[in-house]
Amino acid sequence: MAHVASRPLTRRAPRRLAAVLLAGLVSVLTLSIAAPAAANEVGLDEYDFKVSGLVELADEPLADVLLVIEGGGFRVEVESGQDGRWAVGVPERGDFTVTLDENTLPAGIAVIDENLEQPNVRTITVGQSGSAVANFFIGQGERNTTSLFDQVIERLLNGLNFGLLLALAAIGLSLVFGTTGLSNFAHAELITFGGLMTLLFGVTFGLPVWLAIPIALILSAALGFFNDAALWKPLRKKGVGLIPMMIVSIGLSLAVRYIFQLFVGGDTQQLPGATDTTLSIGLFGLSWIDVASMGVSVIVLLGVAYFLLRTRIGKATRAVSDNPSLAAASGIDVDRVIRIVWFMAGGLAGLSGILWAYFRPGVSWDMGFQILLLTFAAVTLGGLGTAFGALIGALIVGLFVELSTLIIPSDMKYVGALVILILVLLVRPQGILGRKERIG
Amino acid sequence: MIDWLQIISNAAQEIISPTTAAYALAALGLAIHFGFTGLLNFGQAGFMMLGAYGYAIATLTLGWPVWAAILTGVVASIVFALILGIPTLRLRADYLAIVTIAAAEIVRLLFTTNTWVEVTGSANGLQGYKGGFAALNPIPPGTYGFGPWVYNEYDWWVRIFGWGLVAIAAFITWRLFKSPWGRVIKGIREDEDAVRALGKNVYFYKMQSLILGGVFGALAGMIFILPRAVVPSNYQTSLTFFIYAILLLGGAATVFGPIIGSVIFWVLLSFFSGFIARAVEVGWLPFLTNVQAGQLRFILVGITIMLIVIYRPQGIFGNRKELAFVK
Repeated sequence: MAHVASRPLTRRAPRRLAAVLLAGLVSVLTLSIAAPAAANEVGLDEYDFKVSGLVELADEPLADVLLVIEGGGFRVEVESGQDGRWAVGVPERGDFTVTLDENTLPAGIAVIDENLEQPNVRTITVGQSGSAVANFFIGQGERNTTSLFDQVIERLLNGLNFGLLLALAAIGLSLVFGTTGLSNFAHAELITFGGLMTLLFGVTFGLPVWLAIPIALILSAALGFFNDAALWKPLRKKGVGLIPMMIVSIGLSLAVRYIFQLFVGGDTQQLPGATDTTLSIGLFGLSWIDVASMGVSVIVLLGVAYFLLRTRIGKATRAVSDNPSLAAASGIDVDRVIRIVWFMAGGLAGLSGILWAYFRPGVSWDMGFQILLLTFAAVTLGGLGTAFGALIGALIVGLFVELSTLIIPSDMKYVGALVILILVLLVRPQGILGRKERIG
Repeated sequence: MIDWLQIISNAAQEIISPTTAAYALAALGLAIHFGFTGLLNFGQAGFMMLGAYGYAIATLTLGWPVWAAILTGVVASIVFALILGIPTLRLRADYLAIVTIAAAEIVRLLFTTNTWVEVTGSANGLQGYKGGFAALNPIPPGTYGFGPWVYNEYDWWVRIFGWGLVAIAAFITWRLFKSPWGRVIKGIREDEDAVRALGKNVYFYKMQSLILGGVFGALAGMIFILPRAVVPSNYQTSLTFFIYAILLLGGAATVFGPIIGSVIFWVLLSFFSGFIARAVEVGWLPFLTNVQAGQLRFILVGITIMLIVIYRPQGIFGNRKELAFVK
């Protein structure tokens, strides 16, 4: 893979390969049916400002390459035309990122630029002139071919890694649901917060990673605690019902997500070491970060299991999950349990966010929201309110998402996991480990 | 200097804009689901998307006339309601919430994927389906109106059609919820078991409600695309959340609440966005860029949802006695 020498993202390359093979196959199929008449100009009439550019391969225009233009909460996709040109209207002046989807390039080529970490991503500014240009000149690159067996193993390991980090988020969500009955949509923002704080301390303040991550975790746990103390506890005391609380969490999620964007902007930034090629272990496209990520997840999950099964307060937590009134009657301080659960949920979600930032890779304002539905799918699959069900559900969802890309196009990989969720509810509505009475 | 007249004029245009009508109709559908029946549908964006794409694809790919295209969107939404309802309507409310939000995302991803680009237009969406609808326009060409509301014949036709649909839908809803059927539906919201004990098939009533509200959503999706193109990124979950904000603002268990809510919502949002954008331009808010100013509206909507639910759960027009929320 010649272009990988300039691209530090070795571990992403094979993952992209499978997608490219599929995308290539799909484009061959679609071309054989009819020439796609996708517009290469989007929204020019609708908006006053313009972003445009050219995609060329060795001075020859490249058609039907997908570009995503994002910024300021605005997002638009466009395909290059027969002359390689594309143009989109954007609603306002400001910074936009243009991402060339390498999956839509013909097989065997990639964007090359020695000076950039992510040569397929450009940041441009629409200034006083009201327009901006982003051109992509693409060179020939070789691609390795990977055997099907290696691909399956690689997907499996990726899926396991993804499933484990999803489990961290899902267990927190499930514990909160179990003890308070709240379906917390703002859990996504707790996940994002972990990634953002690591970015803040590790990159902006330049602290070493081993210091930045613990700080981010402590702040995440504190945010979880603060969430409960400032909002949910007063609402519970006020006697607000569960469904109104769920809608409040949706409003909170929307507001906080865009507050994040207000501060960090719309583009993706990398955590320290996330794109370091020297960390590859040279086996199945894994890096030491992946190994560390899985290791940390397993250790933390074992810790949570020990806490729930062996400690007094853990047992109390399960008792409250089971029946809050009975637990209160037998002398358990329910409020204390809920405080601890929120503290844990915040910390676990923060950790999950950090690992997710290394897995994607990159930190962005809506990264938590991207996996929120998968987290809910994991929790529902395993059985609402059961911590170990959430673990199993998350592993199933993670493996399914990654393995399904062997068969279906990678831009539909989340579809499979969500379809599975609906199918499982048809057959076993209480989830895998849920009890029947819970479904009400 | 801030051009107040321009800001107010833009806000006033929102009162009769087709987008306001589309959101009003979608919110009315959601009122049937959530306000009257107590169904937590978080997939209204999916219903709207199916209506929009059903109309556009039937017109462009199949070349069908307008009435058949509208019917396609409606049938698609009915099928979607059946697919959602069969596994979840027997379950507790929050299951429906998770399944509908997931299903709406599935629909969006299926229309966004490159796999069926010749039919769906992938991420670029579709356009050029307005000819058949414009041909039905009885208004002679020209520019009509007064004050801020001056439009050409097509724009007026879209507005009349959109608000006409809203009026018909509001009348149907009003009649239905005065009928015995409506009383059963409200009974299900208050106490499902009691209604079941009276020998009613709760499951079928819920399904009928889901279908009716979904069809309203699909029609709203069609109004929504008449002044613009169909683009899949318009149908993200935040669309559903916007409609919830409108519904909660107006009052969930009312017929006119969602309509007035939509007007208030869009007028205020347009006024607020216009004011912030101009204020940034003249340097009143030096800490904000123009892009950031655009995000403030989402923050505002989020906070509005929270405050209404906590402090005025019945909305502006709702009756506190008629519980806006099921327990």
